[in-house]
Amino acid sequence: MNKMINSTLTKTIISLSLGTVALMSSVANAQGNSRDTITAVGSSTVYPFSTVVAERFGKNTEFKTPKIESTGTGGGMKLFCASNAIDTPDLSNASRRMKKSEFDMCAKNGVTSITEVLVGYDGIVVANSNASEAMKVSRKELFLALAKEVPAKDGSEKLVTNPYKLWSDINPALPANKIEVLGPPPTSGTRDAFAELVLEGGCKKFPWIKAIKKQNKAKYKAICHSVREDHAYIEAGENDNLIVQKLTANPKAFGIFGFSFLDQNSDTLQGSIIDGQEPTFEAIADGSYPVSRPLYFYVKNAHVGKVPGILEFLTEYTSEAAMGEEGYLTDKGLIPLGEEKLVNVRKNVLSLTPLALNK
Amino acid sequence: MTNSIDNSPASSRNNSPMSHTEASTASSTTEKVALSLKKRHQKEKRFKSIGLFAVLFGFMLVVILIGDITSKALPAFHQHWVKLDVNYQSDWLSVDDSSTQQVLAKQLKSANYRKVLKNSVYQMFSTSTGKKLSRKEKRQLFKLFSTNAEFTIKDALIAAPNQLNKQVTVWVRLDDDVDSYLKEDFAVGEAGLRITKQQAMWLAQLATEARIESRFNVSFFTASDSREPELAGIKGALMGTLLTMFVTLLLSFPLGVAGALYLEEFAPKNRITDLIEININNLAAVPSIVFGLLGLAVIINLFGLPRSAPLVGGIVLTLMTLPTIIIASRAAIKAVPPSLREAALGLGASKMQVTFSHVLPQAMPGIITGAIIGIAQALGETAPLLMIGMVAFIVDVPTSIVDSSTVLPVQIFLWADSPERAFLAKTSAAILVLLTLLLVINVTATVLRSKFEKK
Repeated sequence: MNKMINSTLTKTIISLSLGTVALMSSVANAQGNSRDTITAVGSSTVYPFSTVVAERFGKNTEFKTPKIESTGTGGGMKLFCASNAIDTPDLSNASRRMKKSEFDMCAKNGVTSITEVLVGYDGIVVANSNASEAMKVSRKELFLALAKEVPAKDGSEKLVTNPYKLWSDINPALPANKIEVLGPPPTSGTRDAFAELVLEGGCKKFPWIKAIKKQNKAKYKAICHSVREDHAYIEAGENDNLIVQKLTANPKAFGIFGFSFLDQNSDTLQGSIIDGQEPTFEAIADGSYPVSRPLYFYVKNAHVGKVPGILEFLTEYTSEAAMGEEGYLTDKGLIPLGEEKLVNVRKNVLSLTPLALNK
Repeated sequence: MTNSIDNSPASSRNNSPMSHTEASTASSTTEKVALSLKKRHQKEKRFKSIGLFAVLFGFMLVVILIGDITSKALPAFHQHWVKLDVNYQSDWLSVDDSSTQQVLAKQLKSANYRKVLKNSVYQMFSTSTGKKLSRKEKRQLFKLFSTNAEFTIKDALIAAPNQLNKQVTVWVRLDDDVDSYLKEDFAVGEAGLRITKQQAMWLAQLATEARIESRFNVSFFTASDSREPELAGIKGALMGTLLTMFVTLLLSFPLGVAGALYLEEFAPKNRITDLIEININNLAAVPSIVFGLLGLAVIINLFGLPRSAPLVGGIVLTLMTLPTIIIASRAAIKAVPPSLREAALGLGASKMQVTFSHVLPQAMPGIITGAIIGIAQALGETAPLLMIGMVAFIVDVPTSIVDSSTVLPVQIFLWADSPERAFLAKTSAAILVLLTLLLVINVTATVLRSKFEKK
């Protein structure tokens, strides 16, 4: 009895291992030179929009539903720019414009013809629970509240470690609450955009700091983009829903996240009024709300025609029904480009005009 | 730990009166024993109650966790549908109803169902209120229904093409915002989150006409990922998990057991095997994302296996679980009494026979436990899968180990990150499914183990 079990056990183990080896080698051979599904990589901020288009595209056409990976903008660019080989992604989502260095990396690897698609805008909001009052704040005040080093209180041209503990220390009109802001970690594109649009925007208001930019760009960036590390700014992870939940639990805290999360949670949260502008759909769309950033994706022109459906996918993405003023992407929180720009973008994209970056 | 901390002051307290009594009064041994016996009993009692408290505390945490997830997940298991009077007019569909059946069938596949849906809905509401809807009202009204509604009515017509040019009732899903609104207790006709007063009035009207129905959400189990919460399901992720775990088990179990057997039974004890042992122990503590990087560099870029495939995911997770299985298996093999081996060797069995007919069956329960711990770890892993492209939006359900797919924990992660409120319930429901899967695996392991133990 025992012997029988043992011999079957031995056989099973041996056959399993053999099977595995056979399987792996057959798969390696089966890898052909073609692909029938569009693949995209890149930003987790553009992900919710690209996926909606992909899903509709898959349902409405005979093509397969494109595969959209959420790797982050930088990670996506690396994969996208690796080569023109068919197993590299066709599209790369980005929550900022492609950098010159990335463009050069692409060119070095033979990816020379890239089409840029401006999708729309995304507002970044500073919000708190509507159990307390909405805050009226300027970008300069936000810089003073959140930067690592700020100009000394006496008005001299000297940087000191951020001394502000309460909002009212900065401006008596602000609430006398502890500065407590939950925001994304440095790996996030939202954080980059916040630093650039809000912190740098406020930082520039000091003429002597602005003057540094001309002499020493790196120093200027270090001053304007560094966030304080003494627990006034709390890195709450990449998950914006988590920040939303924490804000409801703590009405005195503020959170930094994308507009679509404020839009979905308007029953419990309110956006702070920045430089006199409330973060509303209309204010972001017409550009009067100061903290909004463009969203892009990039197309590898060499794959058009090799992977079926890319041009049709671009047509769907840039259609009035998707990116237009009342398109389904706006239902998901995307701020549309406006009529004129959209026509322009559509024309450039469908003719696959290659991108040229000069700076 | 608690026990040892608790012990030391007690024992020192215990010692001092003892030495004291010994020095001063000459009490009888029975008295001394009686005195210490009481203390020892007390100690035992105390330890028992601490142990019981620890168990109860742990149990309470589990109950709270499961209770919280379940209560959040419940809304995901049912869904509101609405009965619409759909008018399949051929001019709305822009099909030619005089053409032959074959041509018509082809035309019906690409007909304009959006227009049919819109016009049917507008007709329903304008005839009941008697006045025409404004453009804004039309937009609001249309938003009540799931974006999938046009595909639902398309499927209904294709299934029964003789309904062309007729008015029929079709059940379609309501939008996720409406669904959430109906699940919360708003008064009839009261505006809610993302629901306007006007929309609430329409819903109240639909409800009084008994057109709204709450059904069990079958599509949660039969559909794949979607960006619309009312359509999203876990089938794709569940299949992906099963395929990935299949590959992981297939690779890591035989490799792990073979490695452990060789190292314990056959390998000479020298520097090299010591080095291997240290390395295996180290590997068990390597952060899992490192294995993902390795997978990207070697398995995808060098060997050219497809991105996002369960095969690659399985190989990467194998690298992660192998050390766990090897370490557990070696411990189990070590625990087999040497007398067993010696007796078999003494009867003339070869080393191979001893290993496979005596040592392995004895060690099997321990090995299986180790394998299950390893697999359970791999089941909840997302970090290494990011690098190899399994953190992705994939709609098609994978059918083989080279199809693009995602896995359950990744699905949970992606849903938890979505702005739409209704995904909160979906996230919790997916967690419940993952926990159930884990439970099934553990029960199987326990059954298998007791089977082996009997033999």
